[in-house]
Amino acid sequence: MSNSQAITVGVVQGSLRRRRVDVAGTVFAAALLLSLLFTLAVLAILVGDQMTRGLPVLAERGTDFFSASLSSRPAQAGIAQGLIGTAMLTAMVALLAFPIGILTAIYLEEYAPNTGLTRFIAINIRNLAGVPSVVYGLLGLAVFVALFRALGVGTGRNILSGGLTLAVLVLPLVIITSAEAIRAVPNTIREAGYGIGASRWQVVRQLVLPSAVPGILTGTVLALARALGETAPLILAGAVLGSFSTGGSLGDLFGGPYTALPVIVYDWARKPQEEFRALTSAAILVLLAVTIIANGFAIFLRNRYDRRW
Amino acid sequence: MVTDADPQFDPPEDSTTDAAAGELVNQTLTAAELAQDQSSGRSPVGLHVARAPEAGANAEAPSIVRLEGVSFYYGSFRAVKDISIDVRAHQITALIGPSGCGKSTLLRTINRMNDLIPGTRVEGRIRYHEEDLYAPYVDPVEVRRRIGMVFQKANPFPKSIYDNVAFGPRLNGFKGDLDGLVESSLERAALWGDVKDKLKTSGLSLSGGQQQRLCIARAIATEPEVILMDEPCSALDPRSTLQIEELMAELKEKYTIVIVTHNMQQAARASDRTVFMNMAEDRAGYVVEAGPTVGIFTDPRNQMTEDYVSGRFG
Repeated sequence: MSNSQAITVGVVQGSLRRRRVDVAGTVFAAALLLSLLFTLAVLAILVGDQMTRGLPVLAERGTDFFSASLSSRPAQAGIAQGLIGTAMLTAMVALLAFPIGILTAIYLEEYAPNTGLTRFIAINIRNLAGVPSVVYGLLGLAVFVALFRALGVGTGRNILSGGLTLAVLVLPLVIITSAEAIRAVPNTIREAGYGIGASRWQVVRQLVLPSAVPGILTGTVLALARALGETAPLILAGAVLGSFSTGGSLGDLFGGPYTALPVIVYDWARKPQEEFRALTSAAILVLLAVTIIANGFAIFLRNRYDRRW
Repeated sequence: MVTDADPQFDPPEDSTTDAAAGELVNQTLTAAELAQDQSSGRSPVGLHVARAPEAGANAEAPSIVRLEGVSFYYGSFRAVKDISIDVRAHQITALIGPSGCGKSTLLRTINRMNDLIPGTRVEGRIRYHEEDLYAPYVDPVEVRRRIGMVFQKANPFPKSIYDNVAFGPRLNGFKGDLDGLVESSLERAALWGDVKDKLKTSGLSLSGGQQQRLCIARAIATEPEVILMDEPCSALDPRSTLQIEELMAELKEKYTIVIVTHNMQQAARASDRTVFMNMAEDRAGYVVEAGPTVGIFTDPRNQMTEDYVSGRFG
């Protein structure tokens, strides 16, 4: 009895004390960590490089950099027109792409019958989100610029064309993210609503949308951040490379030449004068800051409206 | 014991006209009380004059919902076939049967919840106060206001307790004393005492049993006539289950309840009538036997019913 017990204890102890190093597991964990560090390092080098070059400009020029117009003389060149352009483009995207995109998503998720045609449309919206942005620029040139020229709004190369192009560009993104947010609302909530005699409109308006708001907001603001950084479609849709003078009138604002922050970055980076390198970095820092603020706003909104299930 | 003739439903010819029903009320009441006393041993319930009582030949409580040869299809698959049952006013009708026999599907045809699933189809007639619920001119939203529903998984809205209960009345444009209505609904759902000091907190902060009672309060706040319950206790512990059952016994004074349950003890304890369903060879659910609960559990006519209620299959 005591003998068998001793054997058992020995066997148990033997297997318990057989702790070895998990080689594959350790390698895997190290690979994970390395991947993360690589990403962070790339980001840090990029931002650090731009900061060392751009921060002195921002410190030296101060508010003048933000309020001065474009110029071929580096000492006087500023990004005021780019800031105005980017702000107006952002507003146009928000006003056009958000309502149309969110309404489309609601229709697709809550109203459209589940037919082959609906699925075909949904798949193609996904494909549209993958279309390179320069293609949207061509669309903007062929449709919006031509349209405004035909309507007699200057040359048609104005901020309305640019805004419409960017709105169309992010529309698929807004639809997809909103549709996903709506789909994530548990069906039990819809059933509960219908079960006490709510109409479809009431269920959508009072139950589904409030629950989907955080997701929709996050998606739309991220789409906006994407629009903020686009360069190629704007250049095709008539944004000015180089300097121009802006008239003060409202007609000039909407019908005249325009540019945006990323377009300025692209333009300055190509300039031969060495001084523009530092200016380019300064403009990049401003663009980064704007994007981070937009993303921060998205996080703020999501946390504010977030609901727990 | 019960000498119920076990009609699956009263033939329409049995129903008296509304005018005649008014004069017959006293008689009907007594007869119904007697019948109930005999059939279930439960205290008799008051019958509302307004609810078009019907003096059936067997002096049962009047039927309020009547299914006539109902079949239900998901696409080409027939989930239930040729169901004919009667739901009697101010009684608890239990639908029992093995998993997958179509109890929940059948229940959800009664308030047209299945309309929300694309590709489904109903055959036969479901009559509610003699109106065909699937007639083209019937508004399904109005049907669901009158025939409320409590679901298997408690599904309070992500809103406050107060707003959960007030949601339905607000939809209907309720103009009266909303606070009073919320209080009385929570009271009737036996939840007022638990939540009266925290009406503003989220309905999701409550325990499972409390959430389900909140859903019941939400359902009765719209003053439905019939409440459908789809396995309301399946996710609850025995104590909460018992509370819900006691609640049902009180609620049937005012409402008519149809409950789907997997729990045979629950059907035996809590219901007045039981409908036993089973699955046929083609996987379509059908009614094996329906009648007063006491009869189904103590003296079933069908061998299958006996096997099921005694726990030998299912």
